[in-house]
Amino acid sequence: MMSNLRIATLALQGAFAEHEQMLRSLGAESVEIRNLNDWLTYAENPQGLIIPGGESTTMTRIMHDLELWDPIRDAIAGGLPVFGTCAGLIMLDSQHLATMDITAKRNAYGRQLGSFYHEGGFKGITDDGSTIPMTFIRAPYIETAGKDVEILSVVNDRIVAARQGNQLVTAFHPELNTDTHIHRFFLDIVEKSI
Amino acid sequence: MEDRQTLNRNLAQMLKGGVIMDVTTPEQARIAEAAGACAVMALERIPADIRAAGGVSRMSDPKMIKGIQEAVSIPVMAKCRIGHFVEAQILEAIEIDYIDESEVLSPADDVYHIDKRKFNVPFVCGAKDLGEALRRINEGATMIRTKGEPGTGDVIQAVRHMRMMQSEIRRLTSMSTDELYEAAKQLRVPYDLVQYVHDNGKLPVVNFAAGGVATPADAALMMQLGAEGVFVGSGIFKSGDPVKRAQAIVKAVTNYDNPKIIAELSEDLGEAMVGINESEIELLMAERGK
Repeated sequence: MMSNLRIATLALQGAFAEHEQMLRSLGAESVEIRNLNDWLTYAENPQGLIIPGGESTTMTRIMHDLELWDPIRDAIAGGLPVFGTCAGLIMLDSQHLATMDITAKRNAYGRQLGSFYHEGGFKGITDDGSTIPMTFIRAPYIETAGKDVEILSVVNDRIVAARQGNQLVTAFHPELNTDTHIHRFFLDIVEKSI
Repeated sequence: MEDRQTLNRNLAQMLKGGVIMDVTTPEQARIAEAAGACAVMALERIPADIRAAGGVSRMSDPKMIKGIQEAVSIPVMAKCRIGHFVEAQILEAIEIDYIDESEVLSPADDVYHIDKRKFNVPFVCGAKDLGEALRRINEGATMIRTKGEPGTGDVIQAVRHMRMMQSEIRRLTSMSTDELYEAAKQLRVPYDLVQYVHDNGKLPVVNFAAGGVATPADAALMMQLGAEGVFVGSGIFKSGDPVKRAQAIVKAVTNYDNPKIIAELSEDLGEAMVGINESEIELLMAERGK
């Protein structure tokens, strides 16, 4: 059912290849956005965008320098479905693209020694009491969330996944495991928006 | 539960498509971060100066490294000597994000590398060819880089190592199972690592280019040859305009297969580091640790 989807992945820096592999395994096509030309071509018929894990400072710098910042922010604000993981969550928060009413706490668990693996619940996916794998790498969490933000997952009393309309964020990395639930969850949002 | 090895390989995955820059002061670290570095390597002297100074080169002062950790929010790496597991223990104690067991420093052990599986912090190691890369991975390295000749600004060795590794990977992928046992023997590595490369056509960990990268074109060259990201050592802060050059190299790595963008990035960068040709140097650091 997802075979005709064509999803963009912000491929400036980070673990975008893992997202693309996940998309392909679900039958969706993936398009890499590395520069303004890539974006303008994709923006003629956009369906959804993934902002991957990596370094938010790096992505911020490149997005500004390559003039991607404003058009991507405007597209998301205009309703384009977007899925941000880890650094991608930070990119959507009030200090960055500011399309989502959340503030992220960066490196919230400290340095690499604080990175961890967890199996936890996710609203709308594990309502039967099951769990999904969650890999946190120098991860952020959501410190504050506005009233329009739906909280989807809480780990150790911290918000680690949320949704605000067309925007989905996770502090962990579903692209690093083989469980496809969260990517399917995002593709459902995309399908409903088309 | 997933183990530290997996989490540490995962951190390297997050660095992909990025540039890791050598810095010697908090000020340089902040410049590197603002320019878009995905991580910094904290060290007292950059390789060009280590080479010029001669003598024994050791792990940096932990206080200096901590100063850099406080200055930036991106991952901070630091180097220890090959085989010097106590320097590694010290770096782990100050919660470094990645240890580079590096041939750039004077080796502390001419036989054994560090047993990296005993540590919770990740290690990156240099490799000239596939066998060396897989031996380091077997010891617990969760990221690999080429051993291009540091501090020279000459990219020839990084190119040689990356080409060698890619060529050996291609050779393994075309082998039949019975040939893989022999390949494992010749490479002096366990069979399961050889099988992984055969099945996946790549190393089981992220593979960066390092050594001699001085220009956006050098960085893009390494990416086109199969590197997943780039370390830049002396090339930035030994150049005429470090900020501009650092930003240009970052964008060249993202758009490594777009000559038009790289042409624009290469304009008016000021002086590149002077550099020394491979044939002019007496000390080949790549020969340290096999």
